[in-house]
Amino acid sequence: MRRYSAFAIARQAFRHHEGWERAWRSPEPKARYDVVIVGAGGHGLATAYYLGKNHGIRNVAVIEKGWLGGGNTGRNTTIIRSNYLQDPSAAIYEKARSLYETLSQDLNYNVMFSPRGVMMLAQTEHEIRGYQRTAHANALQGVATEFISPRRVKELCPIINLDGPRYPVLGALWQPRGGTARHDAVAWGYARACSDIGMDIIQQTEVTGVQREGGQVVGIDTTRGPIACGKLGIVVAGHSGVMAERAGFRLPIESVALQALVSEPIKPVMDVVVMANTVHGYMSQSDKGEMVIGGGADGYNNYTQRGSFHHVEETVRALIETFPIISRLKMLRWWGGIVDMTGDRSPIISKTPVEGVFVNCGWGTGGFKAIPGSGWAMAELMAKGHSPLADAFSLDRFREGRFIDESVAAGVAH
Amino acid sequence: MSLRLPKGGRLIDRDKRVVFSFNGKRLTGFAGDTLASALMGSGQRIMGRSFKYHRPRGVVASGVEEPNALVNLGKGKTHEPNQRATTTEIFQGLQATSQNHWPSLSWDIGEVNALIPRFLPAGFYYKTFIHPRPFWKHVFEPFIRQSAGLGKAPDPKLQDPDRYEQFYAHTDLVIAGGGIAGLQAALEAGRSGAQVILCEQSAHWGGRAPVDGVEIEGQPAEVWIKNAVDTLEKMENIHLRLRCMVAGVYDHGYVLAYERVSDHAPQDDVVRHRLWRIRSRHVIAATGALERPLSFAGNDKPGVMLASAVRDHVVNYGSAPGERVVIVTNNDDAYRTALVLAEAGLTVPCVVDARARAEGALPKAVRARGIRVLAGMGISNIKGLRGVVAAQLCRQDGAGEVIEDVICDAVAMSGGWSPVVHLWSHCGGKLLWEKENSFFRPDPDKPPTDQNGEGFVICAGAANGALHAGQTLEDALNSTRKSLQDLNMPVSDQAFLKVSVPEEEKLEPVWIMPAKAGPKKRAKMWLDFQNDVKVSDVQLAAREGYESVEHTKRYTTLGMATDQGKLSNINGLAVLAGALGAEIPQVGTTTFRPPYAPISMGAIAGEARGALFQPLRRTPIQGWHEDNGAHFEPVGYWRRPYCFPRKGESHRDAVNREILAVRNGVGLLDASTLGKIIVKGPDAGRFLDMLYTNVMSSLKPGKCRYGLMCSENGFLMDDGVVARLDEETFLVHTTTGGADRIHAHMEDWLQCEWWDWKVYTANVTEAFAQIAVVGPKARALLNKIGADIDLSKEALPFMGWAEGRIGGFDARVFRISFSGELSFEIAVPASQGRAFWDKLLEAGAEFGATPYGTEALHVMRAEKGFIMIGDETDGTVIPQDLGLDWAISKKKDDYLGKRAQERSHMADPERWKLVGLETLDGSVLPDGSYALDEGVNENGQGNTQGRVTSTYFSPTLGRGIAMGLVRHGPDRMGEVIAFNTTKPAAKGAAPKTIKARIVSPVFYDPEGEKQNV
Ligand SMILES: Cc1cc2nc3c(=O)[nH]c(=O)nc-3n(C[C@H](O)[C@H](O)[C@H](O)COP(=O)(O)OP(=O)(O)OC[C@H]3O[C@@H](n4cnc5c(N)ncnc54)[C@H](O)[C@@H]3O)c2cc1C
Repeated sequence: MRRYSAFAIARQAFRHHEGWERAWRSPEPKARYDVVIVGAGGHGLATAYYLGKNHGIRNVAVIEKGWLGGGNTGRNTTIIRSNYLQDPSAAIYEKARSLYETLSQDLNYNVMFSPRGVMMLAQTEHEIRGYQRTAHANALQGVATEFISPRRVKELCPIINLDGPRYPVLGALWQPRGGTARHDAVAWGYARACSDIGMDIIQQTEVTGVQREGGQVVGIDTTRGPIACGKLGIVVAGHSGVMAERAGFRLPIESVALQALVSEPIKPVMDVVVMANTVHGYMSQSDKGEMVIGGGADGYNNYTQRGSFHHVEETVRALIETFPIISRLKMLRWWGGIVDMTGDRSPIISKTPVEGVFVNCGWGTGGFKAIPGSGWAMAELMAKGHSPLADAFSLDRFREGRFIDESVAAGVAH
Repeated sequence: MSLRLPKGGRLIDRDKRVVFSFNGKRLTGFAGDTLASALMGSGQRIMGRSFKYHRPRGVVASGVEEPNALVNLGKGKTHEPNQRATTTEIFQGLQATSQNHWPSLSWDIGEVNALIPRFLPAGFYYKTFIHPRPFWKHVFEPFIRQSAGLGKAPDPKLQDPDRYEQFYAHTDLVIAGGGIAGLQAALEAGRSGAQVILCEQSAHWGGRAPVDGVEIEGQPAEVWIKNAVDTLEKMENIHLRLRCMVAGVYDHGYVLAYERVSDHAPQDDVVRHRLWRIRSRHVIAATGALERPLSFAGNDKPGVMLASAVRDHVVNYGSAPGERVVIVTNNDDAYRTALVLAEAGLTVPCVVDARARAEGALPKAVRARGIRVLAGMGISNIKGLRGVVAAQLCRQDGAGEVIEDVICDAVAMSGGWSPVVHLWSHCGGKLLWEKENSFFRPDPDKPPTDQNGEGFVICAGAANGALHAGQTLEDALNSTRKSLQDLNMPVSDQAFLKVSVPEEEKLEPVWIMPAKAGPKKRAKMWLDFQNDVKVSDVQLAAREGYESVEHTKRYTTLGMATDQGKLSNINGLAVLAGALGAEIPQVGTTTFRPPYAPISMGAIAGEARGALFQPLRRTPIQGWHEDNGAHFEPVGYWRRPYCFPRKGESHRDAVNREILAVRNGVGLLDASTLGKIIVKGPDAGRFLDMLYTNVMSSLKPGKCRYGLMCSENGFLMDDGVVARLDEETFLVHTTTGGADRIHAHMEDWLQCEWWDWKVYTANVTEAFAQIAVVGPKARALLNKIGADIDLSKEALPFMGWAEGRIGGFDARVFRISFSGELSFEIAVPASQGRAFWDKLLEAGAEFGATPYGTEALHVMRAEKGFIMIGDETDGTVIPQDLGLDWAISKKKDDYLGKRAQERSHMADPERWKLVGLETLDGSVLPDGSYALDEGVNENGQGNTQGRVTSTYFSPTLGRGIAMGLVRHGPDRMGEVIAFNTTKPAAKGAAPKTIKARIVSPVFYDPEGEKQNV
């Protein structure tokens, strides 16, 4: 792989950029792989990458029914934070966040991780207590957070309206090293790195079946024919229920649309990410200048990647209260993704009833931030059969009642 | 130089001058002008700067598709960034400034970016700025952010003064587009009796036809349009809306339309934007077509415009981009522009036609005017720095060797037309590529489908690919009839209208001009003008493997500018297909999503802003609280008094005073927000037995019982007191925040699972005012105001209730207590709540009756060891954790949560359990603090053994008290454990810890002597 750098660009400039090579190969599928990952979203690609990097497993294919990164990985609002309440969540999200810090260098692809700080507003007494609890938990989890005053909130984000008529801002939970990254670049960077270590990324190919012998996976059926494999990782987010059915088991997952939108671009006015959970909305400003806005998920199950107006309306109302300047901006783009929700709103990284089949799903509305950590844990689980970061997220927890409930701390979890 | 023509301009009124300003310069235009036409008429060519390279840009289009001429509109409170000059109607005093440059529009430092584009190809930022690591956040990113962005942000200190509103409508048909197709559709639908809303985004009916010289029934289109509108205006079932854009089509026939009510004539007290939320059986999209640019080197220079936009400006506004206009095309339609320009007295040095032959009626007419027509030719390059100086011509099939320089000051280009299929596609309608015309049009076999699986969007006219006026009207009539038939409505037998337009010859697709242009030229051919995406960028994306359209779009940002690719998408796809050696339909389009063009956030929010943002629920006593200086806290949709500080008192002082007043005398709490749900019917008891963990069916009328409600997963979700009113009727009290949620929960079970049980529920929360009269002197106070109920301990013991009159009010009295004191909760009809409160206060003066707020309530319940939903519970806590086993029936076969509570983790003896906590030094433990344990877990996180759930200063005990959940807590009474804080003991040191002793959670009156009196 030829390395990317400013010098490489300068060199290419004089050749009219005609000498760049492909970022990833487009190979024909082989007859057999040691590991097949279904789904070339961030989580699938990161799983493959760490299988190679950390465990030396490189005979790997990542199979994608559409284009890589085209699922939720390419549709989210890119908030990265690890100020979660429960220990297992904080562990995996903080692992991910810390990997993001050096991901551009690791992958030699600028994923534009921007630790500009994330604040979650407290707008009721109850929320203050909730975030103070999170701050205490984070202190023991090694996650740097702080509960800050309304004054500090205003300093960090001057466009905020502290005393709206309905819910005054009473403080905020502040994670200074939270932030955003460029979602496509995360998928592309991992894909390029995977391809570079010899893994095959096979796009436009749907996995349609899972072949089993004696309760053990032996291969898959795809729209381009069967492929044999030793182990199978199912990492398909909103379509997890569908893939599980193809593998012969069921998952406690519901799929719903989550929507987001951006305004037309304006000059920089907001350098931090703000989440307002009482009123249900969050906002940041992209490097292009667009205000990136999101809220809660639709209330009904759906696979269409289209959402309802009503939710967006609520989100925009909430944010006009919080940031009055957006009233005179215009909504430019608006889209939805199908997110995979578990009952406790925490992910599943787990073995399954089929030997050799593993699932990684349930990231719901907030899995972009987890990509590196999730890939790391899933790879370890698939390679070694156990991963401290993943253990708590096993499927067993639903049977045992060992939920990892984050709704305690955050109404809108992104 | 652009100019105003001495005559012409069908939409302007030359008698009405309008004064406006651009970048502080005073200019004049005419009533009816758009900002773009007025600027053009004033000789202003550069109107904006591009996004990435900050290149100077002039207007290129004439409608919402405009990517270049975006301005900051208005000043101060009414400032609005990124307004399209082409859709901004001018008014007296309009103020506009150009954007994305520093220091000025003509001299922009950022333009250096334009000198080095070869170092900034598509996606350059993914490949660089990687080292050194902190530089991205601190150096590169801030620089990129500053130079990106377009318009200026509104001032955060100012509030948007305008009003926005939303209208709701139900109709048979929404027709989007008021061109001839839309009007024809409306006429036919109108005759059938259908209810129709016809929306046109611009300020005028008729669309392109009057500009394009169409004749209908032997008369200019204008005449037919006027008659059509007159007819429609008289039809009661037709609603006409101008300046109203159909923004989005959603499942189940939901349509959003965005009406710009007063942007063109701002006034106080008139709403600015109105959002229509429409349910329509069908949607007819008569949205026309958009012209495509051509990709030749220098096609982004100010003065290069779409041929149709040049025509629009000349015919509609009498403005022209130049005096010598070269036309470049691959089709016959652009020749109309040559004719219009010649007619207006401007010079057309030549028409450059990429096709080998140009022998149609229009080219012939142009030749007949003595204008040179050069077939098989293209433009190699446009000369000029900040405008057009000359067009350099070459052969289209070559590599761009210049044959001739044609001096000119503007260029009108046409690469053919694309039907506007957005509304068809929003809900999943599929497209097909029509090779003949080189465009995507709706695939009639794959429409977006409604709840019955039937197509519900119909494209009509140009939007359906019927570009030529004759076909347009025919198609509009046919499509409308089809829609009406599907809706079982009558159709007319009117004949097709006779339309006369010149025959047109076929267009020849031209995606790159000239065809064999080398890399240097391709790096100067713009596809996306605003985002500075060039042919070379798309080719680079393909070369690097970003082969899917979505990858290319994202890698290059093609089509992601504020026009959302209206001009660039098809050209971009075609270049991509070329680079991949694929057919265009194989490459496919990106997804079309609402809104069709950007709509204001203000309109999306509508009137729900400020005080109307969310309904504020008020108790009957709210006015008193407001008048008496209450400090409020939001609780659900309510605002409850947190405390009533007196002059000079801090909130803390006030809370302490209120508590002591209650404990020693009598306090009054407005408990009206408490949820009150009536559960009634023969199966009511059985139903409550399922909802609550304990038995409610055995409760006797006249008695109350405390109960716990769990979710299916076994977690405690609400608690409260149930009173049995009579054999069939229960009154369920919920927490304030829980009232609506619990009512919905009840209905969920009744409607989905136990639909055959005879139970009805009614949420009567707001029907009653409820006042808690609490404290040792409570009974004395009530006896003073007089009651026809015996309030003695014997007649009305703790957990009893009675009905009667108190102080002359109809009342229900509940002997329940959340404070540990003698307490009467008294419900009176809401309308009498305030009078009852006043009476209690007045009569209570001699007992020191003191109103108290939620914080005193919380502290007192904690002193007494009562749990609070939301503090001791958080959705992960089961009643067993809280030592509430006594409230869980062992006898019942089932209740919601029972099975879940039997799961292994729920029965785990290691679960943290409720205890009281007393700091050794008497201080107050921090909220949410954790009890520390030894060592770290497998993930390196500090181990814990419990946490604080509630913590307060108790004025009664004069010390900090807390409740918490601790592993094996109830078995560890007296043990001292450490809790963490987030405050370092000293600068740089580890955070402090606080030691606390595990004690009983009941700190006050453990025997209950005070409440049972
Ligand atoms: C609007 C929105 C906003 C969000 N905001 C945030 C945020 O701010 N912060 C945050 O952390 N998270 C956010 N999220 C969540 C985040 O996007 C997701 O959790 C995360 O991207 C999931 O990644 P993934 O790799 O699991 O799934 P995906 O990226 O969806 O990848 C799954 C892939 O599997 C493929 N696939 C499915 N079935 C098959 C099959 N049978 N064969 C082959 N391939 C298949 C799909 O095509 C897809 O590419 C948001 C999500 C949305 C929708």
